[in-house]
Amino acid sequence: MNTEVLQNFVTNLKDENPNWVLDVKDALGEVSVTINGEFIVAICWFLKSKKDFDLLADLCGCDRGVEDDPRFEVNYHLFSTKHYNRLRLKVLLTEDEPKINTVTSVWRTADWHERETYDLLGIKFENHPDLRRILLPSDFDGHALRKDYPLRGYEPYSLT
Amino acid sequence: MGLENQIFESLPDVITVKLDAVINWARKSSIWPATFGLACCAIEMMNSVSARNDLSRFGAETFRASPRQADVMIVSGRVSRKMAPVLRRIYDQMPEPKWVISMGACATSGGVFDNYAIVQGVDKIVPVDIYIPGCPPRPEMLVHAIMMLQEKIMTESVKDRRDTIESESRKSIVPGTLPVTEGTALESMARLSDVKPYTVESKHERRRSS
Repeated sequence: MNTEVLQNFVTNLKDENPNWVLDVKDALGEVSVTINGEFIVAICWFLKSKKDFDLLADLCGCDRGVEDDPRFEVNYHLFSTKHYNRLRLKVLLTEDEPKINTVTSVWRTADWHERETYDLLGIKFENHPDLRRILLPSDFDGHALRKDYPLRGYEPYSLT
Repeated sequence: MGLENQIFESLPDVITVKLDAVINWARKSSIWPATFGLACCAIEMMNSVSARNDLSRFGAETFRASPRQADVMIVSGRVSRKMAPVLRRIYDQMPEPKWVISMGACATSGGVFDNYAIVQGVDKIVPVDIYIPGCPPRPEMLVHAIMMLQEKIMTESVKDRRDTIESESRKSIVPGTLPVTEGTALESMARLSDVKPYTVESKHERRRSS
């Protein structure tokens, strides 16, 4: 599949600010851009206002493993309902500082997605309007989708 | 001359009988379950009231949408940690006499879901009268469970089935784990720091996680 259009966006990003893009992967007709997490809101604003990425199709987190450094990543799946373009942004986060700025100011739908990512992986979204658990019980201990989380949970919360 | 007349002639006007026997007999003839389906077992539960299995033969066909009108809670499926306090509240809302049937492997022991999200046996939340094995159990097994429950009811005494004192029931409100409506008294309770998850002492031994 031709990814020329998507590569253009990457070029636009690089032209706008050379610090933004860290790495680009072009595979299976999809383009994944690893970006600098400091500029996440600016990049999203740029893509939304200038490049018509008006829909945040998904926002999810990933634990790459306890040994890996940086351990966490946050993925932003963008979609343009005008031009039917799809672009994936990736931000890598270290275990010591799993923090990133929220993009709720860009797409309101990021609110619950970020809550879910926080709930299951413990990634903190700064300036989020209401960052609390969404799926797990509010008194839950730990973050269930982390690779080092025990399957049966911690006593006595698991009621096992 | 009908049968009734013959009986009336042969019986005295007043007969002596144990109160428990009469009340239990009345109770066991109409055990209304609460409408409370949790997972795939609920499909079998619905099937058990359908034409083929016809739970109404045992007086248990009327699934009530309100726990206030229900006699038996059929826990049909896996109970998640988040559902546990909700389940307990429904149980608390049911008036005495009330019974609980744990339907299927998941409700009884957690089944294949041996993880942090699923309560490992509903008997950690509510007292259970009848356990049904199976994954899911066939409707016949649920019908059999109802019949076993009827047998159990006949052995009980009215004295065993008193309503719980209200203050006792109030304690079972679980702040923090129940869905809290904004602007209610529960909301301020949910913000307390010493909020504990809902745990009920179980007579069964707690299983150790590895």
